[in-house]
Amino acid sequence: MTYQPQKDFGTPASGSNDLVTCTIDGRHVTVPAGTSVMRAAAEQGTSIPKLCATDNMKSFGSCRLCLVEIDGRRGTPASCTTPVEPGMVVHTQTPHLQKLRKGVMELYISDHPLDCLTCAANGDCELQDQAGAVGLRDVRYEVQSTHLGQEKDHSNPYFDFDPSKCIACSRCIRACDEVQGTLALTMEGRGWDSKISAGLASDNFLGSECVSCGACVQACPTATLVEKKVVEIGTPERSVVTTCAYCGVGCTFRAEMRGEQLVRMVPYKDGKANRGHSCVKGRFAWGYAQHKERILKPMIRKSINDPWREVEWDEAFAYTASELKRISDSYGRHALGGITSSRCTNEETFLVQKLVRAGFGNNNVDTCARVCHSPTGYGLKTTFGTSAGTQDFDSVEECDVILIIGANPTDGHPVFASRMKRRLRGQDGRPPAKLIVIDPRRTDIVRSPHIEAEHHLPLRPGTNVAVLTAMAHVIVSEGLANEAFIKERCDWDEYRHWAEFVTQPRNSPESLQPVTLVDAEELRAAARLYATGGNGAIYYGLGVTEHSQGSSTVMAIANLAMATGNIGKRGVGVNPLRGQNNVQGACDMGSFPHELSGYRHISDGDARKLFESDWGVALDPEPGLRIPNMLDAAVDGVFKGLYVQGEDILHSDPNTKHVSAGLAAMECVIVHDLFLNETANYAHIFLPGSTFLEKNGTFTNAERRIQPVRKVMTPLNGLEDWEVTQRLAQAMGLDWNYTHPSEIMDEIARLTPTFAGVSFSRLDEEGSLQWPVNDAAPDGSPIMHVDGFVRGRGKFVVTDYVPTDEKTGPRFPLLLTTGRILSHYNVGAQTRRTENVAWHPEDLLEIHPVDAEDRGIKSGDWVKLASRAGETTLRATVTDRVAPGVVYTTFHHAVTQANVVTTDYSDWATNCPEYKVTAVQISPSNGPTDWQEEYEALSERARRIATEVPAE
Amino acid sequence: MTSLERLVYMLNQIATNLATDPDPVTAIAEHVQLFWDPRMKQMILESDREGLCPAAAAAVQRLAQAHASA
Repeated sequence: MTYQPQKDFGTPASGSNDLVTCTIDGRHVTVPAGTSVMRAAAEQGTSIPKLCATDNMKSFGSCRLCLVEIDGRRGTPASCTTPVEPGMVVHTQTPHLQKLRKGVMELYISDHPLDCLTCAANGDCELQDQAGAVGLRDVRYEVQSTHLGQEKDHSNPYFDFDPSKCIACSRCIRACDEVQGTLALTMEGRGWDSKISAGLASDNFLGSECVSCGACVQACPTATLVEKKVVEIGTPERSVVTTCAYCGVGCTFRAEMRGEQLVRMVPYKDGKANRGHSCVKGRFAWGYAQHKERILKPMIRKSINDPWREVEWDEAFAYTASELKRISDSYGRHALGGITSSRCTNEETFLVQKLVRAGFGNNNVDTCARVCHSPTGYGLKTTFGTSAGTQDFDSVEECDVILIIGANPTDGHPVFASRMKRRLRGQDGRPPAKLIVIDPRRTDIVRSPHIEAEHHLPLRPGTNVAVLTAMAHVIVSEGLANEAFIKERCDWDEYRHWAEFVTQPRNSPESLQPVTLVDAEELRAAARLYATGGNGAIYYGLGVTEHSQGSSTVMAIANLAMATGNIGKRGVGVNPLRGQNNVQGACDMGSFPHELSGYRHISDGDARKLFESDWGVALDPEPGLRIPNMLDAAVDGVFKGLYVQGEDILHSDPNTKHVSAGLAAMECVIVHDLFLNETANYAHIFLPGSTFLEKNGTFTNAERRIQPVRKVMTPLNGLEDWEVTQRLAQAMGLDWNYTHPSEIMDEIARLTPTFAGVSFSRLDEEGSLQWPVNDAAPDGSPIMHVDGFVRGRGKFVVTDYVPTDEKTGPRFPLLLTTGRILSHYNVGAQTRRTENVAWHPEDLLEIHPVDAEDRGIKSGDWVKLASRAGETTLRATVTDRVAPGVVYTTFHHAVTQANVVTTDYSDWATNCPEYKVTAVQISPSNGPTDWQEEYEALSERARRIATEVPAE
Repeated sequence: MTSLERLVYMLNQIATNLATDPDPVTAIAEHVQLFWDPRMKQMILESDREGLCPAAAAAVQRLAQAHASA
């Protein structure tokens, strides 16, 4: 089929359950009450001409094109602002309407360039379509003064703004307001002078507060705002619905194609995670897929000091298999391990852990979730019985109080943040939800247009448990606990034990204030609001998990939710915001060394037997090594071979020097990735990977939603990632014969009770499914623990605050905490290879004015950032977003390597690294540290690829 | 920090965080049983257990007994 944009119903769907029947152009149509005449017409297949209306924003009624006649009513009301009424008789096309519309359109066109044939939107322009629809044939006006001939704004790297083509419909302004919630755009001037302006008059798009989410570009009915790719390539000719490979929100997109060339990614309105919205990464930052640095041929080398040698796939697999066999024979099967990727599909992840368990013969498999959400797995499994968030994203629409702790959704999970902000602004006549933010920094959501957090508790990094315990103290001691819920759903004795603990005087906000630095009265008010403000939902991120008490903090959060009855219905819950696209899936698929898919412990004989009979091998009943344990074992000389799929542990894991020592001690490091990443500096075998555009499979987002990833182009390296793992397994003698990822999913469903009802055909029908999908929940489970907790009764766990051993002192007086920024994704391997560097070309150190002044540091100065683990340099930015005593940076750039300074301290239960607390000192600096210089030289040396000498 | 020193550190950290459990020694032993790989277990069992806090030492003793009777 040729290209069609997604159908636009003109105005949003009505949520009403009452139905209304009316007559439009002689046909009866029944729609929910509150539906506009325009939408009702669209639902029966009648498209009323329109320009300012689109179905992801409220009707505006300004273009005067969608006029209709209604029997018994005077005049010609706008169909976008007129709701249907029972028995209403509507006419969408009459001679009178035709004349009016033609007149309106004539005015529009009198002030619009007539360069349609060479316009980027030719064939995909609503103005062009509507001019055709209303039968405009000529323009009578000779206009003296127009707004044509204005200068284009090319500043945004992804889209152009051509004010001459603007028809002042305000769709872009309203998209920025209603959909994105940034309110960066405004209408400047009046009449002929009307002009869309980003930020202040002196700003261009790039310099304004525009976050480049693309909502305005999508909303624009003309070529005023148009993707540069469309300008360059032309309009797409087909589209494929797929899932974004960036963060854990898991937005659904239409990959709009011309041949095998991707023209643009357009957010899909029926995507249940994003509901038609997008961010700068998913919408625009996919250029890395064709980046010149992508490695497309397998490469091997004996030593990491040698240059790489390109080989064919057959040789690569045979060599890899022989190396793995050699290591297993000489050092024993426990000397091997693998790391699955949270960026790869469920099917690929499942195969990597299967290769380790069934092929390597041990359980030494781990995943990058180790360093982000492993405490979520431990904490929620312990308290609720399953390692996952409790809600779907839609649930936020029913929240009355939103508590965000250790998460920065506007940067990390921007599309969900937009939905959250919509709720916080209180649209559609409902009062806004109230907001509590617990974060050392004043993150953007604390104060943004039309949003002001009720309470911001700027705690000292590392004191999450103390703050949450103090909140519990207030809730229990002031009699705000929901005892009826607790008695019905939780273990009452455990609750009593916990309540006794939290009410101890030492856990009061006043007693803990010296530790947490949070004002006790403010904390009390926040606790009261969460307990009594209606539906209370907690959203959290890595600021919770990446601490020495990460697991305790997750359990403290679960305790609060249970104590207030905020579990098991819409609008409440405990919601981990997952970092990577498939962190949830990687965990679900049995990537952890102690558990099989579906969170069944490896020591569980029944679960093991199921796999053993399906796979025809015996499984080791003992848990395997976690990533940090692997590195320790490598340094000890007993762990020798590692298969790393799609993770850059040298860049992303803490204490870079320790990681490199571990990698250097191994004899065979296999990196399976798109690029020669930092880990590849220590690799002996490089297997080129494929992008999400080049393969089939599924990702599972933060709301447990399993969504299809669809291949839109042939892999440049020749193989999809699951095929690479399968070919490696075959070379090792395993009898694997999957012909399509759907067969891998069938195996997952067969072996995993929570996935029993999942299949590719089912996903194609439904679009997506939220696990558990089984006999008890055949259509999946948007909300969990509805009638009771998965584990039976909810478990209250006493979480005593234990200060981290990472202490500040005279040498390292400041606390460093790390995070990410909107335009970049984790280690930046993808986004650094896109135009997103326009927004964030380097990591910056945020430092409070007082601390900066003490050290003679100004914004833009180079500073040395030193900890007990190491030191690096970067530039400073002075800001009061951070409290005195706290500094902050991102970890997106390899040249900074923020993890040179982070330490080995980790969560007590899961070894998730304590990225969020490092004692540091900052001093002015002239240039890179010795480490940075040495590392750069090593990188250069390690990335050499031998050039073929032609045979004589 | 050697690997053994790290294991001692980890075990003490686990013990500190499970100190409020109704039965800390069992909880610590179970945690190690569920999450440590065989070599890590073996290293701590074969060590002189120096530097372990009392609860952690008791948990290791518990594991050693279970190991011996297995």
